[in-house]
Amino acid sequence: MWYYEKKLQYPVKVSQCNPRLAKYLIEQYGGADGELSAALRYLNQRYTIPDKVVGLLNDIGTEEFAHLEMIATMIYKLTKDATPEQLVEAGMGAHFVNHDHALFYHNAAGAPWTATYIQAKGDPIADLYEDIAAEEKARATYQWIIDVSDDPFINDSLKFLREREIVHSQRFHEAVEILKEERDRKKVF
Amino acid sequence: MTHQKTLPDSYYQLMEQIQQVDFVLVELTLYLDTHPDDLDAINQFNQAAYESRQLKNTFEKQFGPLMQFGQSFSNYPWDWKEAPWPWQV
Repeated sequence: MWYYEKKLQYPVKVSQCNPRLAKYLIEQYGGADGELSAALRYLNQRYTIPDKVVGLLNDIGTEEFAHLEMIATMIYKLTKDATPEQLVEAGMGAHFVNHDHALFYHNAAGAPWTATYIQAKGDPIADLYEDIAAEEKARATYQWIIDVSDDPFINDSLKFLREREIVHSQRFHEAVEILKEERDRKKVF
Repeated sequence: MTHQKTLPDSYYQLMEQIQQVDFVLVELTLYLDTHPDDLDAINQFNQAAYESRQLKNTFEKQFGPLMQFGQSFSNYPWDWKEAPWPWQV
């Protein structure tokens, strides 16, 4: 089971209402390489991954939900005071007519989240390499959002998230090595 | 909907201290998942876990429970709503 804690993993502050930036951030909410995909990918793969690395998938998957909440907080704060006119001007008109100010799991271009974004092969090496690729794609996406964002507070939080992708990728690389070691050890007998 | 809360500076200061210690705990947890024999890291982990509990006790006395389902105690009346939701601060 999971316990909720009333605390963001890292503070999220915004300079001002900015629905255009929110529109880009939605990529990391309901996009292919976003935080929802990440959390669901790892927590689903953990049942069939070897025992030695279950803990890592469980814990990174859990951390991803904390990141999802940070992204949601950014989007919420950047759009909560926006008028319908401001949303239309920022390219969020289509979002507004369907969802008002509510958040929804779609990508920056409006395509709804789909399970086809994630994979579970049951082969530990295939799954871990998918996870490494996912972290690197998420890291790149954070960089591209930082490149088009002019909000220094949001950029501070995004840089934290970008660095977490790097740490996760490194931990997954270590998990691959742990499994290779285990495989080679078994061959000795 | 907008439910912006007015909170004293001490809320943000204490929250930031908790976020700092808990970040150490997240980072060490993932590290220990792939380096389970690192005794120094485990000592650091246990020290940070202790500090986190102390800070959260102080925070909850002033601002209300951070967790429920029994992970925090409750005052009367039920005060789960007292500490604001994190996207409202």
